[in-house]
Amino acid sequence: MKRAGFTTRWLPILLLLPQLAVIIVFFYWPAAQAVQSSFYLEDPFGFGSTFVGLDNYTYLAQSAEYAKIARFTLVFTILVTFFSLGLALLLAVKADKVIRGAKSYRTLLMWVYAVAPPVAGFIGLLMFNQSWGPLTELAKSFGWDFALGVNSTDTAAAMVLVSVWKQVPVNFIFFLSGLQSIPKSVREAALIDCSSAMRRFWDVTFPLLAPTGFFLLIINITYALFDTFGIVDVLVKGEPGNNPLTLVYKVYVDGFRGNDMGGSSAQSVVLMVLVLALTVVQFRLVERRIHYT
Amino acid sequence: MAQVTLNNIRKVYPNGNEAVEPLSFSIADGEFVVLVGPSGCGKSTLLRMVAGLEDISEGTLSIGDRNVNHVDPAERDIAMVFQNYALYPHMTVRKNIGYGLKNRKIPASEIEEKVQEAAKMLDLSQYLERKPSQLSGGQRQRVAMGRAVVRDPALFLFDEPLSNLDAKLRHQMRIEIKALQRRLGVTSIYVTHDQVEAMTMADRIIVLNSGRIEQIGTPAEIYHRPASTFVASFMGAPPMNLIEAQIKDGRVVIGGETPVASASGQGPVTMGIRPEDVEIGPTCDIPFTIDIVEELGAHRLLHGKLDGQDFTIHISKDTEAVAGPIRISINPEAVVLFDTKTGIAL
Repeated sequence: MKRAGFTTRWLPILLLLPQLAVIIVFFYWPAAQAVQSSFYLEDPFGFGSTFVGLDNYTYLAQSAEYAKIARFTLVFTILVTFFSLGLALLLAVKADKVIRGAKSYRTLLMWVYAVAPPVAGFIGLLMFNQSWGPLTELAKSFGWDFALGVNSTDTAAAMVLVSVWKQVPVNFIFFLSGLQSIPKSVREAALIDCSSAMRRFWDVTFPLLAPTGFFLLIINITYALFDTFGIVDVLVKGEPGNNPLTLVYKVYVDGFRGNDMGGSSAQSVVLMVLVLALTVVQFRLVERRIHYT
Repeated sequence: MAQVTLNNIRKVYPNGNEAVEPLSFSIADGEFVVLVGPSGCGKSTLLRMVAGLEDISEGTLSIGDRNVNHVDPAERDIAMVFQNYALYPHMTVRKNIGYGLKNRKIPASEIEEKVQEAAKMLDLSQYLERKPSQLSGGQRQRVAMGRAVVRDPALFLFDEPLSNLDAKLRHQMRIEIKALQRRLGVTSIYVTHDQVEAMTMADRIIVLNSGRIEQIGTPAEIYHRPASTFVASFMGAPPMNLIEAQIKDGRVVIGGETPVASASGQGPVTMGIRPEDVEIGPTCDIPFTIDIVEELGAHRLLHGKLDGQDFTIHISKDTEAVAGPIRISINPEAVVLFDTKTGIAL
């Protein structure tokens, strides 16, 4: 790492100011507000608020519904992360081997990257349309009467599918560039040392891809927890009813539909702490095993 | 240990570019063969075809008595040392050296024994737990060697293994590799663009130029009896002097009058003479003008013009010379004549 030298002390601070301002205005301030309002019970019509201490949190801890949503979010996050990383890795390994027409092949695989989450959700709606959605038809041909928005398992499946589909291209790009940054000669050395392609992948390629993989793991967990909001929103059409929700969507539903700002704030704080803890654990446990070149 | 035979091996890329024209040669058991040539001459492609990293377009390749055209690199019983070492950056030196053995289902205790032995031979014993990034260039080179040696293969392949090292280290490793190869007696193919490496290490040199073999021979043959003007000017530093001359009445004549050697035939000819096969002295018969004297300590190089053409003379440190006109004589025994048009030795 290169160290830049500054002659005065104030210049670096001045240069950092815009970035600090953005972080303070868009992260620390709202976060502090959320923590503060999680201790209050807000009047739904904005006529003041009452300090209730930890009531919002104890309510959450005792709520069976919240526990159910937390469990679903856990399963959802694991499925989305696993499949979007796994599929992307598979596609990247295969695309890396393509020599003829490699560029157009890669461009096709990256297209979905440009689709915004709500649009992805909308495409999901069309694909799973009850009367003529092609994927509904496909499910029907296997004897699965797919009912999006009615059957909670089916809605969950659609949510996972669309979320994975949306995220695969991002992971694909990173994995592919990670693969291509592995020196050709190292792979060739492995080719001479080991005859099994599978062994070579796990012994040489995968460890050298681990820094990319670790970065993507964090990005994907965050994606599944937060950025799938648009997809969930479109797929459940703001009508939770019997449908599965993620924690982030629950924050929105309680806060902006239910006007329970206090409870909603408490949920966001829980979520914030959760992500923080998760990231710390990941850096402690996983990152130590990674070799950065 | 094995003999290697290349029979009409050819490499054509899908875009029609012919990197290696059909060529054949065989390498005896335990022989150290150096493929030398300028960049783009096809030497690396040839080596990579032997390794199995490139497909062979035509022809047959055998290692031992086995045709290996369609055998996986890992099954060819070869070991390769790469230009940039190609060590596994995430593995320790121990694992780097042992990886090839581990994949060949050799018991762990035996691997450990062999790794220790190779490490001892290469002075790596105290670095076994280190990662490649914690080693110097020379040590990495040794690990790459260790990875090859430990496998005890039928054939060593070296792809410009010393070109990333500094001059001093390169000299030292040159000797080490040669000594190691002698000791182990493993057949070796060594690719380089450095003619000094070729001369000093090879039992036999194969000079390649744009996908063709220019000459195969021992270092002495290549040096003293080059088969073409290409070999003459590629091998040796400074290269062989090439002078346009005439054959008149059975004699090679420079500048219309001075005869230097006998020859048959008539007409224009290219005369080759090594800089050290020229003497200077007042009684000599050919006039020469020194432009620049290069002082190299152990010897001196005199650059000047002979019959208006560039010419270099190698003299010992004990012979004095200054810029200006002198007289020289050429050792007729050392003269090599080439066809002026084709460049091929007569």
